Amino acid sequence: MAQVTLRRVSKSYDQHVQAVKGIDLEIADEEFVVLVGPSGCGKTTTLRMIAGLEEITGGEITIAGEVVNDVPPRDRDIAMVFQNYALYPHMTVFDNMAFGLKLRKFAKDEIRRRVDEAARILDIGELLARKPKALSGGQRQRVAMGRAIVRHPKVFLFDEPLSNLDAKLRVQMRTEIKKVHQTVRTTTVYVTHDQVEAMTLADRVVVMNRGVIEQVGPPQELYHSPATRFVAGFIGSPAMNFIPCRIQGRGNELTLRLADNLSFPLPPDRTQRYGANTDREMLLGLRPEHLTELKDQAKPNVVRLDSRLDVTEPMGMEILVHFRINGTAVCGRVDPSVRAMAGEILPMSADLNHMHLIDPETDRVI
Amino acid sequence: MSGAAATAGTFAPRRRRSSIKNERRWALWGSYIALVVFAIGFLIPPYFELITSLKTSQEIGSGKSPWFVHHLYLGNFIEIIRNPQFQTFFLNTVKVTILVVIVTLVIAILAAYSLARMRFFGSTAFATGVFLTYLVPESLLFIPLFKVLSFLHLINSTWCLALIWPTLSVPFCTWIMIGYFSSIPKELDEAAMIDGASHLQMLWKIFIPVAMPGIIAATIFAFTVCWGDFLYPLAYLFTAKQMVLTSGIVSNLIHGDVLDWGHIMAANILASLPPVLIYAFLMDYYIAGLTAGATKG
Repeated sequence: MAQVTLRRVSKSYDQHVQAVKGIDLEIADEEFVVLVGPSGCGKTTTLRMIAGLEEITGGEITIAGEVVNDVPPRDRDIAMVFQNYALYPHMTVFDNMAFGLKLRKFAKDEIRRRVDEAARILDIGELLARKPKALSGGQRQRVAMGRAIVRHPKVFLFDEPLSNLDAKLRVQMRTEIKKVHQTVRTTTVYVTHDQVEAMTLADRVVVMNRGVIEQVGPPQELYHSPATRFVAGFIGSPAMNFIPCRIQGRGNELTLRLADNLSFPLPPDRTQRYGANTDREMLLGLRPEHLTELKDQAKPNVVRLDSRLDVTEPMGMEILVHFRINGTAVCGRVDPSVRAMAGEILPMSADLNHMHLIDPETDRVI
Repeated sequence: MSGAAATAGTFAPRRRRSSIKNERRWALWGSYIALVVFAIGFLIPPYFELITSLKTSQEIGSGKSPWFVHHLYLGNFIEIIRNPQFQTFFLNTVKVTILVVIVTLVIAILAAYSLARMRFFGSTAFATGVFLTYLVPESLLFIPLFKVLSFLHLINSTWCLALIWPTLSVPFCTWIMIGYFSSIPKELDEAAMIDGASHLQMLWKIFIPVAMPGIIAATIFAFTVCWGDFLYPLAYLFTAKQMVLTSGIVSNLIHGDVLDWGHIMAANILASLPPVLIYAFLMDYYIAGLTAGATKG
C-alpha cells in the first residue's frame, strides 16, 4: 500500500541542537521497521516527523511516492499509537475508535463494521461501551491500536507503545502487535528503546545514535554482523564484551594478543580481513555466549582461557559469570550444570569463530 | 563527642513522648479551633440577616435580643417578592449576568485554548498580561470607564454592565482555563490531529468535554463576580428601572433616613440565594477546577 522514504532528513531546534542529522531510510510496502536507540538518539523525533507532528528542518519525506513535508498530519493518511495511549477520556471505546472515521464523514454502518472488525482482531468486543478509565493498561493499549486499525491508513506509527505496561504484559502485547501486523499487513514504523522488542518485532531494525543511523538490517544480521561498536554493544543482552587487544604477526600467521602471556592464533579465515591492522591498539568484541565453560571436545578456533570468577548470576537456563581478562571486566555464559563459584578458577573457552575486531579510532567493526 | 552524647541523651525522652498519634491529635485540634472561629466569623452576618428578615419592624426596633426571633413573621419576604422594583432588579441581574457569563466563557475558552496550545510569538507574555489585568482593582477603573461609557452613551443602561463586567470575569476565567487546558496531555491533541480534527473540532470535541470541570469553575466564578458586583452598578446606573440587585436594594429600599431593615434583609437573602444554590450543587467541580492546573501542571 505505501512506501515511506526519508532523504537527508534533519531536525534542529533553535539552530543549535541537532536532533536528527540528515538520515536516509527506505521503508518498503508492508514492512515492519523498528527504530531503536538510547534516549535522545532522535528516533522519536524521526517518527514524529513522519507523522507530521514535528516540522522537518531539512530533507524530504515521502509517503506512497508523495512528498509530505508540508502536508498536515490529518492528510498524510497515517495512524499513530502513543506511549500513554492518548485515548479520549470522555468517549467510550467505540467512540474513541470511531472518532477519526466520524470526522472523515464515513457512513454510520461502515463505521460500525470497521470498529467491529478491529474489535474482533484485538479481542475487545466486550469493552466497546466502556470509558477508558474503566480499562486496564493492556486494554487501553489495544483500544489505541484499534483506533489506528479502523482507519485503514497507509502507515502505522508506534511511539514506544509498550513502555507503560508491566514486564509480563509487555511480552504478551508484543506478540499481539506482531499478530496484528500479520493480519492487517500495513507498513509500520515502530519506535522503542528496548532492543528485545526491536529484535522480535522487526523485519528490519534501524539502530540510531546521536541523530544518525548506525546500521539498518534484519535482526539476525545486526546481531551477527554489527557494523559499528555502538550496534555491537547495543544489540544483545548481556551486552557484547569489548577487550583491548593487538594483532601481531605477518601474512597468514597472525595472533591475537590480549596480554603479555595471553595470545591466540587468529582463525585462518580472518587473517586477510585483519591483516592491515597489525600492531595497533584494537578492541576484541565477543558476545557472552561465546565465552563458555571448556568443553571436552576441542573445536577449531575455540581457545582455552582459565579465569577466576568475580561474580556468578544463576539465571536458571544458564549462569552468567563475570571475570576479568587482563583487567577488563567481561561476562560469559556457562551451562547451569557447571560448578561455577565466585572466587574460584573456572576453565573457560573463547570461540574466536564469532569474534569481532573493532577499530577504536573509528569505532567501526572490521 | 561527650557534648553530642549529652545532647542525644536530653532529646531522647522528649522524642519518645511526642508520638505520631499525639502530633496528629494536636494538628486536628488546631485545625478545628481555627475552622470554628472562621466559620462563626463568616456565618454571623448571614445569620443576623436571616433572623432580622423574619421579624416585624416593631420587633426589630423593640430592643429585645437581636439574636432570636420571638414572633416569626414572613411578611417581609412576601412584600419584597411582590415589590415590582425588586422584580425588575432581579430580572435585570439575571439577564445581564447570564449574558456576561456566556460572553466570558466564549472569550475565555478561545483565548485559553490559543494561549495554552498554539505557540505563537508573545503567547507567554500575553498569558501573563491577561492575568495582570485581573490585578487592577475596580475602584481604580470606574472613573475612566465612566468616560468610556459616556462616550458610548451607555450610562444608566443595564446593558453597560454587559460591556464592563467581562473586564472582571474574563481575565481570571481565562487563567483558570489556561491551567486546565495545559493539564490535558499533548498527545491527546496530537491523536486528534492525526485522526483528522481541525483546531475548532479539537476544541469542541476534545478540549471542552475534557475540561468540563474547569469550565464549570469558570462559570461559577463569572456568575458570582457579576451577581455580587456593587461598585460598577452603583456608579453607572441611576434609575430604578435600570438597576440590578446589589445597587437597587441599597438605593431604593432606603428612603431618606428610614431604614426598612426587615425588607432590606429579606431582599438580601433572596438576592444571595442563586449563588448559594449554584455553589451547593457545583462545589466539587469548582474545587476540582481551581486546583487542576496547579497539581497536574
